[in-house]
Amino acid sequence: MAILKNKVDAVIVGAGWTGAILAKELTDQGLHVVCIERGPDRDTVPDFAYPRVIDELEGSVHRRYLQALSQETVTVRHGVNDVALPYRQIGSFKPGTGVGGAGSHWSGCHFRALPEDFTVRSNMEQRYGKKIIPAGMTIQDFPLTYEDLEPHFDHVEYVCGTSGKAGIINGQAVEGGNPFEGSRTREFPLGPNPNYLGAEMFYKAAREMGWHPYPIPASNASSAYINPYGCQMGPCNFCGFCSDYGCLNYSKASPNVNIWPVVRGRKNFEMRTHSQVLKVNLAADKKMATGVTYLDAQGRETEQPCDLVLLCAFSLYNVHLMLYSGIGTPYDPVSKTGTIGRNYSYQNLNRVNLYFDDSVQANQFIGIGGGGTTIDDLNGNRNDPTRTGFVGGGIVWARQPGTGPVRGISTAPGVPNWGTAWKQGVKHALRHSFYYEVQGSCMSYEDAYLSLDPTYKDAFGRPLLRMTFDWHDNEIKGSQFLVGQALEMAKHLNPLATKGDAKKDGQHYDITQYQSTHTCGGAIMGKDPSTSALNRYLQSWDVANVFAPGANAFPQNNGYNPTGMVCALAYWCAKAIREQYLQNPGPLVQA
Amino acid sequence: MSEEKPPGSRRTLLKSLMFVPMAAGAAGALHGTLQNADAAATTPPEGKPNPYTPSYFNADEWRFLNAAVDRLIPHDEVGPGAIEVGVPEFIDRHMKTPYAAGSIWYLQGPWQDAPPEFGYQGRLPLRDILRVGIKDLDNHCVQNLGGKKFADLEHKQQEELLSALEKSKLQLPNIGGKIFFANLLSETRNGYFSDPGHGGNKDMAAWKAIGYPGMRGDYLDWVTVRDRPYPIGPVDLAGRRG
Repeated sequence: MAILKNKVDAVIVGAGWTGAILAKELTDQGLHVVCIERGPDRDTVPDFAYPRVIDELEGSVHRRYLQALSQETVTVRHGVNDVALPYRQIGSFKPGTGVGGAGSHWSGCHFRALPEDFTVRSNMEQRYGKKIIPAGMTIQDFPLTYEDLEPHFDHVEYVCGTSGKAGIINGQAVEGGNPFEGSRTREFPLGPNPNYLGAEMFYKAAREMGWHPYPIPASNASSAYINPYGCQMGPCNFCGFCSDYGCLNYSKASPNVNIWPVVRGRKNFEMRTHSQVLKVNLAADKKMATGVTYLDAQGRETEQPCDLVLLCAFSLYNVHLMLYSGIGTPYDPVSKTGTIGRNYSYQNLNRVNLYFDDSVQANQFIGIGGGGTTIDDLNGNRNDPTRTGFVGGGIVWARQPGTGPVRGISTAPGVPNWGTAWKQGVKHALRHSFYYEVQGSCMSYEDAYLSLDPTYKDAFGRPLLRMTFDWHDNEIKGSQFLVGQALEMAKHLNPLATKGDAKKDGQHYDITQYQSTHTCGGAIMGKDPSTSALNRYLQSWDVANVFAPGANAFPQNNGYNPTGMVCALAYWCAKAIREQYLQNPGPLVQA
Repeated sequence: MSEEKPPGSRRTLLKSLMFVPMAAGAAGALHGTLQNADAAATTPPEGKPNPYTPSYFNADEWRFLNAAVDRLIPHDEVGPGAIEVGVPEFIDRHMKTPYAAGSIWYLQGPWQDAPPEFGYQGRLPLRDILRVGIKDLDNHCVQNLGGKKFADLEHKQQEELLSALEKSKLQLPNIGGKIFFANLLSETRNGYFSDPGHGGNKDMAAWKAIGYPGMRGDYLDWVTVRDRPYPIGPVDLAGRRG
């Protein structure tokens, strides 16, 4: 018999960015909130304290800060008729665990979506006609606009101490920023970080290409900062351990540093760690959630009743919980009906390495996760699909999060993987090479979706989430075009050698190679309950007291990193709950 | 030279230093404390690693491992080889961690053949991938290369075998040859480059060889320096400077 807890106002599943934001906002409102987190509690001290946090073996081989796949993972297949196989070892993407979630081991790139990213389908159709959308592509507009989210984009940047340079403030162009961005109401809270060598050289090469380079908005503080909640940050010291690691210096924004300190200790808040939510419990008619069932740290099945359930797990596991709990109707790729699992999308990341002679001091061990330089000249409305052959867009950037020899030093073309020539190659590349990346959008398709696996189970006996995904021609063309442009740009810097990994025609999705943790979609927001799982307030169309803020809500993915957008959506969702839902619980949008 | 020599002069110091090896050779109680004699007795000859007794690998596996890592990262003009910096010790110790026992891998069945884009789809954790692969490769050598095990072959033959595994030109009966090679190589690299506290990379020699500053974790002052190489040597997790 399960342990039955006293009822609370709201349960939050997961203590990452969205969980921290909802916890802050709902406890501000006076609600009694319980956050249930599957992993351990974590804070800068002691968990991310120097020096142990930067042990490469523990961080990047033992994956100390990531989800253990032995407990929960997904299966992957390329096509709807294939048998899916488990994602057995960390490769393509890196879900986090513990307090802070992936928000503690992210890099810090902190973008806003472009205004046109919100209206991809209608914008494309209006500019190029309906035929521009390939058969099977199921992109759709967000059910809200850039202007709706602007106050929240702004607030998130101030919570995170984002360091950057505005390009447009109140409609007026500002020198040094992104001339193509949506209008801001004010400058970034902090100025840009200093440029490492590759970023400095990117400015020169990009300008020679006729592009408009600007500093990547980085939630890695460029100077000391106190956010609106009173949380303090210190200037980033370029330690070189962002991606995979918690920040040792209070410099990288995280739920742990920027939000949780003000929520912890509130009388109307409780954090339960090492507690695995198994499912959302529904009333008999499946129209209301009654609470959640979880395993506590001792493995005891525990029921937590509540009025409101906020799914704030990593995007994939939000979808998993919805499918496993029976919230809404699972998507069926044959009849093309159902919404849960629909429109899974990813990110089209590709790399270009540049190798120089001994006079060029690139020092790849120096690193800052979110800093660097990028361009928007190939993104959003600048990408003309009738010319480039693909719908969407992407950015090219110089970014050096820092690397070390256990994480792996990418050697020049022709260098073997072992022996003396490899040692020479590593020695040279560490000090005298850097890389640029192209981060392309990824559209959504009728045959790319999430469902429950018929065979494989997690450590708790539940079916694993099954991902059906492969690269489509549109993304392969995007990869080839964007990598081609980056290689063209690299020529302006006269490297000794370059290496680019543009996707080849017909290339399949490879789950063994790290690409990006930007897994998106699967429980998307939309205007129409027949083609979306969530309404414009991230509220389930089917179960009105369940909200699911996260990248799962993206109908497709743009060329940017998702965290800025995810956090803005979480504040947007919280505002709707505070100002509308609590006064009148029920659907906020009539189906 | 002065006639009067204060205590602790150079000559006295030399005399006492010379005394240590003598104590090591004789009965400890005669010339000094037993503790000193033991310490001297276990001090390895200069340039050689401390003797390490493997506790995961058996004698045959240990011989294979020492021979293989010596080919993957040999001693050369670039820097020390895997043997000098203790890579076999690292791997033996690493095999006893939860990680090598499969703590973070999903190992549940069914186990199916898969295209390479799906990676290793078998049921073995790391420590068994190595053990099974070593046995298979040694058996292959005995059967096909004149009854000799891998460790007894010429360097060139050893390199050809490793290369054949890497390029999928040699298949093993119980583990994918390429999978075995990939795990052997990554463990060798991990041992060579991980913090010395994990058993390899003795004296941070591998970091020094490639110019990696180790666990310094603070480069703000050097971000915009362009005209000269980064000058500071490595530091490890224990705070030692190299």
